Amino acid sequence: MASILKVSSNPHIRSKASTERIMQYVVIALLPTTVFGIFNFGLHALLLVLVTVAATVLSEYIYDRCMKKKNSIGDFSAVVTGLLLALNLPPKAPLWIGIIGGVFAIVVVKMLFGGLGQNFMNPALGARCFLMISFTSIMTNFECDAYTGATPLAVLKSGEGAASLADMVIGRTAGTIGETSMVAILIGAAFLLITGVIDLKVPCSYIASFVVFILFFSGRGFDLQYIAMQLAGGGLMLGAFFMATDYVTRPITKNGQYVFGIFLGIMTGIFRLFGPSAEGVSYAIILGNLLVPLIERFTKPTAFGKGRKGGARV
Amino acid sequence: MARLTFRGGVHPYDGKDLSKDKPMKTIIPKGDMVYPLSQHIGAPAVPIVKKGDKVLTGQKIAEAGGFVSAPIYATVSGTVKAIEPRRVVTGDMVNSIIVDNDGLFDEVEYTPHNPEKLEKKEIIELIKEAGVVGMGGAGFPTHVKLSTKEPEKITYVIANCAECEPYLTSDYRRMLEEPQKLIDGLKIILRLFDNAQGVLAVEDNKPDCIELLSGLVEKEERITVKALKTKYPQGAERQLIYAVTGRAINSSMLPADAGCVVDNVDTIVAVYHAVAEGKPLMNRIVTVTGDAVNNPRNFYVRIGMNYNDLIAKAGGFKTEPQKVVSGGPMMGFALFDLNVPTTKTASALLCLTKDEVSASEEGPCINCGRCVEVCPGRVVPSRLADMARRHDEEAFVENDGMECCECGCCSYVCPAKRQLTQSIKSMRKTVLNNRKNKK
Repeated sequence: MASILKVSSNPHIRSKASTERIMQYVVIALLPTTVFGIFNFGLHALLLVLVTVAATVLSEYIYDRCMKKKNSIGDFSAVVTGLLLALNLPPKAPLWIGIIGGVFAIVVVKMLFGGLGQNFMNPALGARCFLMISFTSIMTNFECDAYTGATPLAVLKSGEGAASLADMVIGRTAGTIGETSMVAILIGAAFLLITGVIDLKVPCSYIASFVVFILFFSGRGFDLQYIAMQLAGGGLMLGAFFMATDYVTRPITKNGQYVFGIFLGIMTGIFRLFGPSAEGVSYAIILGNLLVPLIERFTKPTAFGKGRKGGARV
Repeated sequence: MARLTFRGGVHPYDGKDLSKDKPMKTIIPKGDMVYPLSQHIGAPAVPIVKKGDKVLTGQKIAEAGGFVSAPIYATVSGTVKAIEPRRVVTGDMVNSIIVDNDGLFDEVEYTPHNPEKLEKKEIIELIKEAGVVGMGGAGFPTHVKLSTKEPEKITYVIANCAECEPYLTSDYRRMLEEPQKLIDGLKIILRLFDNAQGVLAVEDNKPDCIELLSGLVEKEERITVKALKTKYPQGAERQLIYAVTGRAINSSMLPADAGCVVDNVDTIVAVYHAVAEGKPLMNRIVTVTGDAVNNPRNFYVRIGMNYNDLIAKAGGFKTEPQKVVSGGPMMGFALFDLNVPTTKTASALLCLTKDEVSASEEGPCINCGRCVEVCPGRVVPSRLADMARRHDEEAFVENDGMECCECGCCSYVCPAKRQLTQSIKSMRKTVLNNRKNKK
């Protein structure tokens, strides 16, 4: 034979799944809520999304160049980070907020720790929390042309009336660009579930434990309307389906994912009910991220044939 | 029929259509035949012929080198040309007997037996003498497997008819064309285990086999056919036992610990030949397939034939292959040289025009957990691979690295295209070697 045969260890075939495709699917899944957000809040929201995504992608490119590393923007993960961050910004936030947040997310939270797969915290959420602490007034000002300012959750917490549940489900309320529409978020989530990018372990245990927590501690008992508003309002849906499910920063073990989800549900409940702010999803997820190594350690799977069921049962 | 299964596994493109519909074809070998002395797990066989000796087809040319070993027989008549190291599929040089085929195929006489009238000991002795080893790939001497300490505690004899490896159709053709030999072989093994029932475990992508075998065993009291869910690695011993019996064994246990004996289709037919016909193990079925081959099909091959001849019989290459694998795509060995002999464990020759491994570039782990989902050993492959790359032997063993069966599911499914199986496999080898050296 003329040419030389290629040799490698088994297996000799590979599935079609790839990191790029997964990231592209996440971007596609985020489009419904992005489009809705732009439609809901106007042109500035579009600009903010574009600028934030450009900031994350460019900062990753420049970081790679400066550190003489292989260009990694082709994996689309920077696009996901940028998009997620933008969806977590108030619609009227100045464009420089998106730029600072994008650079912080990529350089500080992701690349300094070794790039894709090495960060211990969700970059978009890390940046959001950084912005919340540094520019609190900008990040909590949801006033825009269409809405007067207070988010439905803030209204709910203050106890002075309530927004219409239908508006909250559809998303015609004040809030960050991408968090308001439960419907649009769920359409994207369904896409990710169908394509197998995410599964229900984290989102379901998160939402279920949150509901249970609310039932016990809100003091409202079994108030369906109240529970529905807690679910539809704020960042819970976006967080549960798109940020808590971030591969890198959730446990890899199956049982660990349930523990992680339950922890997030309880923390979100505590922050929302007892904290000064009506919101709590971002901080809950970031706290959860930090506990991942610990959770994984205690949820190590039992190898086949080694557990209680293991061994001969003749 | 309820489909039996296990947790984990993958569903690769199966490629079986390439070769499954064409009947087996017998190849008459020409030229030199090469018989490596190590075609099985255990001690190498010891030659009992020397250069210049005349040998007959079916004549023993090497004696078992111990209890865990197997004899080797000439599959053609001719003259012993040399006893020297030759390359085998794994890439190693193995001492081999080379026989110059005279093309006459003068054969020794075989003594058939009536299995019903044989003692258990005699049956095992016949299997041992015939050089039967596990022909699914492992090559563990069958007489050792059948000599369990407490034969009365064996409750299942499972015929592994899963053939879960993509592209392979040799077991399929055997079941369709010689089902009675399979059933008779299984009956012989059942004679050794009084309390056992025989199970023909077939993946449900072969409904014709299930139907055919079910019809044939209708009157057999001790044999049933069971359908398995089509999924790789359904035919892996531990997964198969679990699917059929619900008993889970780990890497340090034997199937006998779960009251099971598992043998592959070709092995059971070899048992039939050895006991009922008195013939040693001389042939096997090899699937020559892949998109680089002109006429993919199954061949009835005499052990010792050169792989180049098999390719030629399959019409040669349609396109230059990038990769040739001995065995299936999930667990087979990649060859860098086709000039190697067919051995007792060679189930297939897979010729691929595109090598998906070198075509994909390794990226960083994104922690997606797909490897954990598919791992039939229920370990965490991505973490084990990290430990292996750090040479952290202690952590590797602590985290059940030795429970890996090297099935390849994790590497197959990894979106970052990481070589997980490779890392884990080499670490396992290191651990096993270190254990051996300590002893």
